[in-house]
Amino acid sequence: MTVATLEGEAGPAVDRTSLKTKLRRAERVNRARSFSLVAPLLLFVLAVFALPIGLMLLRAVENTEVRETMPRTIAALDAWDGRETPGEDVFAAFAEDLVQTQKDRTTALVGKRINYEVPGARSRFLKAGRLIDAGGGGPWREKFIAADPEWGSVDFWAIMKRAGNTFTPYYLLTSLDLRQDAEGAVSRNFADQSIFVDIFIRTIWISLLVTLATLVLGYPVAHLLAILPPRHANVLMILVLLPFTTSILVRTTAWIVLLQSNGVLNDILLALNLTTERVQLIFNRFGTVLAMTHIQLPFTILPIYSVMKSIPPSHLRAARSLGAGPLTAFVSVYMPQTLPGVGAGCLLTFILSLGYYITPALVGGPQDQMVSYFVALYTNREMNWGQASALGAILLLITLALYALFNRFVGIDKVKLG
Amino acid sequence: MKLPVSASESFVEFAGVQKSYDGEVLVVKDLSLRIRRGEFLTMLGPSGSGKTTTLMMLAGFETPTSGDIMLDGARIDSLPPEKRNIGMVFQNYALFPHMSVAQNVGYPLKVRGLPKSEIAERVAKALDMVHLGSFATRMPGQLSGGQQQRVALARALVFEPKLVLMDEPLGALDKQLREHMQMEIRHLHERLGITVVYVTHDQSEALTMSDRVAVFNAGIIQQVAPPAELYESPANSFVAQFIGENNRLPGRIEAANGTLCSVVLANGDVVTATLTDAARVGEDCLLSIRPERVKIAPPGGPLDNHFEAVVAEMIYLGDHVRVRCVLDSGADVVVKVGNVEDRPVFSVGSRIPLGWRAQDCRALDAA
Repeated sequence: MTVATLEGEAGPAVDRTSLKTKLRRAERVNRARSFSLVAPLLLFVLAVFALPIGLMLLRAVENTEVRETMPRTIAALDAWDGRETPGEDVFAAFAEDLVQTQKDRTTALVGKRINYEVPGARSRFLKAGRLIDAGGGGPWREKFIAADPEWGSVDFWAIMKRAGNTFTPYYLLTSLDLRQDAEGAVSRNFADQSIFVDIFIRTIWISLLVTLATLVLGYPVAHLLAILPPRHANVLMILVLLPFTTSILVRTTAWIVLLQSNGVLNDILLALNLTTERVQLIFNRFGTVLAMTHIQLPFTILPIYSVMKSIPPSHLRAARSLGAGPLTAFVSVYMPQTLPGVGAGCLLTFILSLGYYITPALVGGPQDQMVSYFVALYTNREMNWGQASALGAILLLITLALYALFNRFVGIDKVKLG
Repeated sequence: MKLPVSASESFVEFAGVQKSYDGEVLVVKDLSLRIRRGEFLTMLGPSGSGKTTTLMMLAGFETPTSGDIMLDGARIDSLPPEKRNIGMVFQNYALFPHMSVAQNVGYPLKVRGLPKSEIAERVAKALDMVHLGSFATRMPGQLSGGQQQRVALARALVFEPKLVLMDEPLGALDKQLREHMQMEIRHLHERLGITVVYVTHDQSEALTMSDRVAVFNAGIIQQVAPPAELYESPANSFVAQFIGENNRLPGRIEAANGTLCSVVLANGDVVTATLTDAARVGEDCLLSIRPERVKIAPPGGPLDNHFEAVVAEMIYLGDHVRVRCVLDSGADVVVKVGNVEDRPVFSVGSRIPLGWRAQDCRALDAA
């Protein structure tokens, strides 16, 4: 052989380093080229996915309303020890801030923020604003307390001081039905405000029901798809994919037409004398799960189908020839091999179901609304973006936790989408 | 067709079996075949010849359109595969990927409800038999092709089936491993005394392993015979062509005298040949001569036929040289010349004398 060995005793060290440098240089071009191919998508994902989610998560703890609108009060409260009603300096600073907020028309904004934690605070702030508008001077402490004795409450000022922090756990705690009292201790929220844990449990429960329903209905279809001769399988596949060609909104409203009290299904049931009165099929849990199952079916079927397609038919034959009956062979040989697809399909449907909004909103009753409904409610109607973000953040956390749990017990590497 | 196996000693019997998938074309046409207990029978044929369909009917995965299949004296046509007690080895092993080697081999015992201790014992014995004793806890995906094949073998044998079917079990292995496994399967068969029905399209595999070979073509068994008989005296021109290398000389049978006949070639040359059942006097025929039976020898020797031919091509193959010659009739004749020290010396273009015995030259059907 005339080819020199690159490594070994004969190869001088200098040669080897220069070889490494050369290799790096050669690969740098390749790496830059492949990165430039990925870059547009990467930037797109960062800009429209990672960034908004990050900002949303930030909003869940962000707390700048009071700090920005009442800087003097917050500064004065810094020195306050919190043991008794603050002194005149705090009230004077508060009055000064109120003059500014009245001018900026932001008094109601601060009032609303404090109102989350101290019911009735909003109207008290508005009243204080009118007191400032009336004119006159200090001493403010007596003047405020005379107008409303609540201004003398130590708890109120403690909460006011805390509301001046840049970040607050308030929204996240509320989303978990917890509250922080004036001393900062965390306890269960008042019963009339404790709705969110139930909503999270309901969201997970409905998603589980939908996942189970799609699995039970979809598994046989996937099997049929996998074993039919191509000509028939294609027709069936088109039927499975057909729902994708219609928008979710159209499909959901179609269910309303079908299921409502004066709808097609009730007419048929009555005509066949199967029921004596009209059955409530929609605007309840049944309608919600039904419509969601319909939408989610393809997502469960397709991963299961593609895994089934890869199982050689000889496996079932082998099991039969070895003495297993058709059912035993199916359960012991075929089904275990479909588990990666079942895992993928169910995980996909479950996670997508957690975020459902439009379908439960249209075909569900008040007791069927999921977390997304309340996110929308707080975003659009209540204008409480902090609460909306906190709910979203916790939903995201639950999803990630369930995913981790799934990974721990099933293993995400065992999941196959095809 | 002659059936050398009598009804009393037959273990597996196909009686007038036909199979059609679409109701129009018969994939298996009127199949009758008897297999002895303990026999190694190979079904050999090109793809689409019906051999795999026949095997699948025996295994119970296909139902015959008509006819009977008997196993050990009982009709099994309506018996589902799991009740037939037939072990089967599949082309791609069909090992269950989610089970360990031991679980795979123990599967037939487990579905039969045997106690755990007995399963463990028999699995260990079966794995030892295929030299995989230390692989029990591995998963099939961690094994090489040959090892997987042995696991499949152990699994098909562990429940002591009456009959073992093998559907091209060595098709996916490389040549060297395939030859090794052929011997291993052959030895297992001898040691265990089981009846094996083996399907392959590889004629050398069929010759190496079998007690008897059934040659399939177009849904019909062309010949059932031990390997030597199949090679030495093929029943028709398809078998002669399919098994081994073969020189073909078209001609017409002029006259017959006992087992011999004289055949006239295209240019009027006359060849003395052995007459077979496949050909008749006065009709066109195809003469079949194995290349190693054609000698380079001047006239006057003990050979029945002598012709001169021109060397058209020589291919050096180490142990022998393949010489393609052209007879005066225009027909090609391939001669295998052993690479021995005193082999005749000639080159392309030389005119050499060829000769062969009448019993090595068989007059077969012209098809």
